Amino acid sequence: MKKWIAGAVMALATMSGSAYADGHEAYPERPILMMVSYGAGGATDFQARIVTMTAGNEDALGMPIAIVNRPGAGGRVGWNWFATEAEADGYTLGAYNIPHFIAQSIEGGVSYSTDDFEPIANWGADPAVFVVGADSDFNSMEDVVTYAKENPGGLTFSGAGLFVGHHIAALQLEKAAGVKLAYIPNNAGGAGAMRAVIAGEVLGGVNNLSDAFRAQAAGNVKILGVFDLERNSFLPDVPTMKEQGFDIDNASVNFRGVMVPKGTPQPIIDKLAATVPTMFENSRVQSRMEAGGSPMHIMTRDEVLEMWAARQETLEALLAGL
Amino acid sequence: MDFLFYLDDVFTPINFGLLLLGTIGGLILGATPGLSPTMAVALLIPFTFQLEPQQGLILLGAAYTSTVAGGAVSAILLKIPGAPANIATTLDGHTMATKGEGAKALQLSFLASAVGGLFGVFLLIFLTPVLAQWALAFGPSHLFWLAILGVTVIGTLDSSSVVKGLLSGCIGLWLATIGFDDIMGAQRFIFHPAVSGGINVIPALIGLFAIPQVITMFTKGRHKAEAEVIEVKRHPIRLAILEVARRKTALAIGTLTGSIIGLIPGVGGQIAGLVAYDQAKKFSKESEKFGTGHSEGVIAAESANNAMVGPSLVPLLTLSIPGSPTAAVLLGGLLIHGIFPGPDLFINYPQVAWTFIDSMLIGQLLMCIFGLYIAGLAASVARVPHAVMAAVVLGLAVFGSYSVQNSMGDVYVMASLGLAMYFLERFGFSAAPLVLGLILGPIAEANFIQGSMIANATVGVGSYFFTGWLNWLLIVIVLASVSYSVWMEIAQRRYTTKDDAVAKEEALP
Repeated sequence: MKKWIAGAVMALATMSGSAYADGHEAYPERPILMMVSYGAGGATDFQARIVTMTAGNEDALGMPIAIVNRPGAGGRVGWNWFATEAEADGYTLGAYNIPHFIAQSIEGGVSYSTDDFEPIANWGADPAVFVVGADSDFNSMEDVVTYAKENPGGLTFSGAGLFVGHHIAALQLEKAAGVKLAYIPNNAGGAGAMRAVIAGEVLGGVNNLSDAFRAQAAGNVKILGVFDLERNSFLPDVPTMKEQGFDIDNASVNFRGVMVPKGTPQPIIDKLAATVPTMFENSRVQSRMEAGGSPMHIMTRDEVLEMWAARQETLEALLAGL
Repeated sequence: MDFLFYLDDVFTPINFGLLLLGTIGGLILGATPGLSPTMAVALLIPFTFQLEPQQGLILLGAAYTSTVAGGAVSAILLKIPGAPANIATTLDGHTMATKGEGAKALQLSFLASAVGGLFGVFLLIFLTPVLAQWALAFGPSHLFWLAILGVTVIGTLDSSSVVKGLLSGCIGLWLATIGFDDIMGAQRFIFHPAVSGGINVIPALIGLFAIPQVITMFTKGRHKAEAEVIEVKRHPIRLAILEVARRKTALAIGTLTGSIIGLIPGVGGQIAGLVAYDQAKKFSKESEKFGTGHSEGVIAAESANNAMVGPSLVPLLTLSIPGSPTAAVLLGGLLIHGIFPGPDLFINYPQVAWTFIDSMLIGQLLMCIFGLYIAGLAASVARVPHAVMAAVVLGLAVFGSYSVQNSMGDVYVMASLGLAMYFLERFGFSAAPLVLGLILGPIAEANFIQGSMIANATVGVGSYFFTGWLNWLLIVIVLASVSYSVWMEIAQRRYTTKDDAVAKEEALP
C-alpha cells in the first residue's frame, strides 16, 4: 500500500511538475552514472551499489544506475571532478559524504562547496564511535580522558584521514574534554585505521559504527562511546559521548546520499528528488543494508538542504580554531 | 580436514557451473588491459545479489584467482601488464614471445601460477590463525623499511646499469608525489586537471610498457614486412611441466616470496611479482640470462603473484580487516548476505567459508587447464604483422586506460608517459624500476609520516624506527641488498659505454 501511494505521488509529481517543462518529461532515457569518490569495496561504494540496485525497476527510474569510482585524497579528487567537469544533464549523479566535503571546502584548496552541488536524497547515517583494542585497559571514555590528561599529546588514536568525519569527531572530543590528543590519520582509510587499533600501534581510534560493530562481533575491539545524539540500534549498550559527560553533538556523523551538479535542470532535480527516496525504501534495499550492518537514514531533498546548511555553520565554527 | 568435507559442495551442478563461468570469465577479464582483479571482482558483485551466499562467493573466488593469472596473457603477448602484479612477467615473458616462444611462456606462467596458487590456498587452510598474527605485526615503521627494501631492488632490476636503474626509480618516486598527498591533503605538482588525482598506477603501467613498443613497431614501416614473420614454435605441455619441475629454485622463491608478501596488508599484490623476480635472479646460477627470455623469470614472477591470493585473504577472514583492495570488494560480497567475517566465520558459516576456499582450490586447477588450452591458440599472436599489431595494442592501451575510471585524463597520462618512456629507453633506461618507484613512493611516504606522528606523540622518532627485531631484520636485509648490488656492479663492471649503447640501439628489433 505504502509503495502504491509512493508510486502514485511520484506519478502525480512527474505529471504536474516536469511534464510541461522544457522537454525533460522523458528523463531518464538512458542509463545513469553515479560517481563515488572512494574506492571499490569501501563503505560508501558498497552502500551506493546496494541503494541503487533497484533503479532499473519500473516503479523507480526505469533505467539502471552504474557506479563509477574516482578515489583519491579523501574524496577530493572525485568531488573536484564532479564540481568542475561532470555534465549537469541529470545523467551524472554523485554520492556525497557529510561532513567530509563540507570540511574540505572550509579547509580550502578544492574547487567545490555546498553551493556547487544540489542534494537529491540521503540514504544513510553512520555515526563515528571510539574504539580501543579488546585487551586495552580503557573501559570508558573517562579512562581515555584521564590518560590523556596525564600524558598531554600522548594519547595516539587513529582515524580515516584529515577533514573527514573521524577527524571532526577527534576535534570535538579534544574541545569537549579540554585535552590535547595525538590524532593519527591513516592513508588506508577506515580499514587501515581499524587495523592500527587491533594491532596495538595506537591506543585507540575513531571509526565507523558499521565497521566497529563487525570488529566488536569478531572480538577484536571494545566500543567506548558513540559520537551521536542518541544511542544506535545496532549498539544499544554503548552510551553516547553526551551521556559520558562530553558536550558533543552529531556533527561528525557520516551522512551519505545522492546529489547532482549545480545547473542540472530543475524538472530533473524534482523528478529525482521525488523518485530516489522511494527507491531507498524498497524492501530489498532495506534488508540488504541491514544485513551488511549499514544504518539507513532516509531524508528528502528539503531535509538534506537544511542539514547541509546546519553542518556548514557547525563546521565553520569548529574548524575556525585550526 | 574440514575443507575435504565440504569439497562435494563445489561439484553440485550449479556451483560447478558458476565456478567454470568465474574461471573463464576471469581469464578473459584478466587478459583485458586495464581491468585489474579488483575491478573484475567489483563488476561481478551485482550478479551475486541474485545468488545464494555460497554460490556468490564461488563466483567471486574463482574470478579473483583467474584474473590474477589472466593478466599474464596480455603481459606476455602484448607487453601490457594487466595489473601491477604482472609487471615482472613482461620482463622475460614478452621477450620469449617475440622469439616465437609465446606458447612456452604462457604454459610456464599458468603452471607456475597453479603451483603458487595452490600453495597459497593451502596456507590459508592450515595456517590462518598463525598467519593472522603475522599480518598484524607490520606497523608503519616496518612498512616503511619494507618499502625501502623495495627501493633497493630498483637498482638491479632490468637496466643496463645500476645508476640508470636508480635514476628511473627516482623519476618514478617523483611521479608518485604528484597529486594530493594521502595524509595531509596538500596539493603537489598539479599542473593539469588530468593529474589532480595523482598518477594512477594502471594507466601509467600501460603507457610505460605498451607505448614505446607501439612506436617502435610503427617506425619500422611496411618495407621490412617480409622479414617480420616469426615462426611460432609449438611447445608440448609435457615439456613445460618438466621445465617447471626443473626450475625448482625459481618456483620455490616465487611461491614463498609471494605468500609472505601477500600477507602484509596494503603492500602485497603490487610488488610480490617484482620482488620474487629480483630474488630469483640473485639466487639463480644463470642470473645473466634474466631479461633475455629466461624461463626462470616467468616462473618466479607468476608463482609469486598467484601465491599471494590465498594469504591476502587471511586478515579479511580472521580479523575482518580487508588487507587489499580486492579483499575489500570481497568483504562487500560477504556483507551483502549478512555474513560478518571474523574468527568465528568458520564456526557460524562453515558451509559458506569452506566452500569458498575449496572453490579457490579447484579454481586454480581449472584456471591452469583453460590457461594451457588458451596458450596453444594465443601464441600465434606473434604471427600478426607489426603494423596491425601496433594498431591493436594502441587501441587496447587507450581502452584500458580509459576504463579504469572513465576518464580521458588517464589516457593523456598514459600517452605522455609512454612517449617519454620511448626516448628514455633509447638511452638504456627501463620501465620496470620506474613503475616500482611509482608504487613504492606513496607506501614509504605515508608510513613514514604516520610512523613519525605516532613516534612524536610517544617514544620519539629514533627509537620508533630503530628498535624491535622486525625493524632490525628489515634494515639488515636492506643493507645486504644494497651491498650485493654494489658488489655485483664492481665485480662485473656493468657500465654501459657509449659504444655499447649504440650497439644496443642498433640491435633493437
